[in-house]
Amino acid sequence: MYEKTLAEQSQMLAKGECSSSELTAHYLDRIARLDGELNSLISVSADAATASAAAADAKRASKGDSPLLGVPMVHKDIFCVEGGRTTCGSRMLENFHAPYTATVVNKLNDAGMVMLGKANMDEFAMGSSNENSYFGGVKNPWQQNCVPGGSSGGSAALVAARLAPMATGTDTGGSIRQPAAFCGLTGIKPTYGRVSRYGMIAFASSLDQAGPLAITAEDCAMVLQAMAGFDERDSTSSTQSVPDFTANLDKSIDGLKIGVPEEYFSQGLDDAVATQVRAALTEYEKLGAKLVSVSLPNQSLCIPAYYVVAPAEASSNLSRFDGVRFGYRCENPVDLEDLYTRSRGEGFGAEVKRRILIGTYALSAGYYDAYYLKAQQVRRLISDDFDNAFKEVDVIAGPTTPTPAFESGAKTDDPVAMYLNDLYTVSANLCGLPAISMPCGDVNGLPVGLQLTGQYFDEARLLHAAHRYQQATDWHTRMPAGIE
Amino acid sequence: MALTTDDIKQIAHLARVGVDEASLEPLRADLSTVLGLIEDLNAIDTKGVEPMAHPGNAQLRLRADEVSEENRREALQAPSPETEQGYFLVPRVIE
Repeated sequence: MYEKTLAEQSQMLAKGECSSSELTAHYLDRIARLDGELNSLISVSADAATASAAAADAKRASKGDSPLLGVPMVHKDIFCVEGGRTTCGSRMLENFHAPYTATVVNKLNDAGMVMLGKANMDEFAMGSSNENSYFGGVKNPWQQNCVPGGSSGGSAALVAARLAPMATGTDTGGSIRQPAAFCGLTGIKPTYGRVSRYGMIAFASSLDQAGPLAITAEDCAMVLQAMAGFDERDSTSSTQSVPDFTANLDKSIDGLKIGVPEEYFSQGLDDAVATQVRAALTEYEKLGAKLVSVSLPNQSLCIPAYYVVAPAEASSNLSRFDGVRFGYRCENPVDLEDLYTRSRGEGFGAEVKRRILIGTYALSAGYYDAYYLKAQQVRRLISDDFDNAFKEVDVIAGPTTPTPAFESGAKTDDPVAMYLNDLYTVSANLCGLPAISMPCGDVNGLPVGLQLTGQYFDEARLLHAAHRYQQATDWHTRMPAGIE
Repeated sequence: MALTTDDIKQIAHLARVGVDEASLEPLRADLSTVLGLIEDLNAIDTKGVEPMAHPGNAQLRLRADEVSEENRREALQAPSPETEQGYFLVPRVIE
């Protein structure tokens, strides 16, 4: 059953060809057999999942109906679930039991999905390799000496290994799309404000968005349908109406204008990745799309601007971890200052500390204008570039990442080399635009991702374009070896 | 911009993040490299450009001034390392 997509499992459940209890037991067995090696989950809630599956089966028997009813899934361990443990990949929250539940979790529960457990991740979602987790690294199922990407590395690895048909992720600078690309999956970061951030532990509040990682664009469309929508508990939640993401998936994309920025194919891009992405664009032409050359002149400033804005917001957000109200507290503090300093020094890992310090520096007196204000102005220029490009095209295409997955340990000593993984993904977060990554090739047995970026609230078009590509190609159907 | 280890101590103090002596030099090197990356922004003329704090220039909503949450003090304090009679406990501040 594990080789089926979420949409196929939904059909099987609707037709009575299998029950949620059977499907859930099947995946729990796979997790028990295969995750010891991968380390993609931080916690498994077998008893709760079994109970939810039984409840879903009972609901279906009494004519309950929802496309996601009884379908198993995993949440990234950044989403609070009341009563359960929510760690955010950090020692700081190793024993944190949230007193309330995230809106995304409530919405997927309401749709009848069955949560199998919580996925491993880079600590506080800061990382591009999942090597920053307090709970250990995650292996890429395609090649176990390689990283799965990050920060939603556990979510990506577990769906690639078919330990669940879908997992949630969050994306602040590429944390859904980059691991989706590294693990051969489809993942979408919706428009800023489309999905509620309530109960999703904050990293950088003007950039954070939640979305699904799954096998196909159709699967992502079905799950995003249930995740999206206004939430009064998130002050930046959008009141924009949510369209039917699956209604038009099969229609032609004849005439779709795809912008191709030359800046995406210049220095830093692996040649083999470029070749695969160009081939995918040719495939789009065969499907009736028109390729249009566009320019994003400030592309090279995305990473510098991001590494001011994101750490600045993080240093502010993470000030709440003070050893007083929740989270880790050091042993025997001598005074309040010692309590704060040692609780934070001992509770946070190396990358989180680096980013807090960068952010603190950028926001400190005398440097605010030079760094933070400057970065916000450059953010505007980057956003204007996209606005201009979208006057001529419907979507913008390019590689999701400059290279395929790299070996574990290869970039841990060089933060800037690690940050450059997000070269093509951070702009969507800075601008708040939706973007999707889908598998479009293979380099030496490792998947390659194609990214499409859309206009505000135009997720439907991205999902549609990705679905049409997947109807014409089979990259998304490939599975890693050794996961039987 | 090259930072000194004294700069790191000062920034760490501002952030209330404990950093041991052995980590000061590696942190200094890492942060200097990251600041080198960020310095690229200085070459750009941004005179008159409106800073962008938020995508789509979203305005924060106001809600009606009505009680919406019930009192859940015990549940909300349960994750705290130490509380007593509804208070969060910290080491003595005033002798």
